[in-house]
Amino acid sequence: MTVSTELELQSFVLLRLGERRFAVRAGQIVELVAPSRVFRFPHRTPRIEGVILRRGRIVPVCDVSETLLGKRLTSRRFYLIVVRHYSAQTEWVALPVSGECELINAELMAAGKSDEPHVGGWLSHDGDVIEVLNLDALTPGPDELLAATAVQGTLETHP
Amino acid sequence: MRLAAPSRSSPVRSEQIILFRVSGQLFAVSSASVQEVRSADSLSGGSSKIDAPGLSKVRHVMRRGDRSLFIVSGAAHFGLPASPGTLVFVLRKTRTALLIDGIEKMTTMTRLQALPLSFCHEERQWYRGLAALDQTVVPVVHPEGFLSAEELALLDASLPPLENSGDEAAEGTELAQ
Repeated sequence: MTVSTELELQSFVLLRLGERRFAVRAGQIVELVAPSRVFRFPHRTPRIEGVILRRGRIVPVCDVSETLLGKRLTSRRFYLIVVRHYSAQTEWVALPVSGECELINAELMAAGKSDEPHVGGWLSHDGDVIEVLNLDALTPGPDELLAATAVQGTLETHP
Repeated sequence: MRLAAPSRSSPVRSEQIILFRVSGQLFAVSSASVQEVRSADSLSGGSSKIDAPGLSKVRHVMRRGDRSLFIVSGAAHFGLPASPGTLVFVLRKTRTALLIDGIEKMTTMTRLQALPLSFCHEERQWYRGLAALDQTVVPVVHPEGFLSAEELALLDASLPPLENSGDEAAEGTELAQ
């Protein structure tokens, strides 16, 4: 009798930010594009730099390097355009990345309780353990505002 | 994977807009929202100072009959570098007069795209959406977004005593609705 262990392989795109690599589920990737002009205007949302025009859409540019690396990218070679979910809606968001991206198949390991909210899981590739990003927690959205308001309310209640 | 339609936008059928600058930044406002354009100099005699605690974007108030119009510094409102401001837009159906640096031009937009949901702070009150015009993207301001109900209450409470300002005679350009 042969016992075979079938791994549940899933597709991911590896992106490079500085010296580190992160993964995003392939189904959430729209395209990798060369940097284009960022249109900036006043706003108060952290991490959002402005917007780019892509295929008739206005796409926000979100720099996640400070959250993931603790510092801003000094060079950016591409924008990885990803799909971000907002309840029933989806929107494109452009993430500046500093190198080529790679499509791989790997098994997803679930995130632990102690992991940051932006960690959607882990995978092993080429001897590295790589964070799979939870884009909905990593990029800003109405939930973030609600959370901030709740924290502020708590602080006001308990000075 | 289901994607939202590319044009998740509010359908706008050719709306006339005014492009204006504040501290070098370009904005747009619907021309139908602008009741009057006045030079800032013309207001010097017709406005009085106001000092509402924590609300530095409003320094002057204009009296219009029994109404008070609060002059909001566009630069302070948007957190841009201070600029002197040369023109004032009196915004229709609001109590706001917006101090700006200058008008770029009047033009027409055919499509107003919703502000992406990634923008999730005060800017959602500031802007009706974004317009792609001539290979640039311009935020279209919300006339009611300059002063919240709380800010108006604060300003009302800080109003100086009523004086006869003679403001009606000052020069201005009425815009047709």
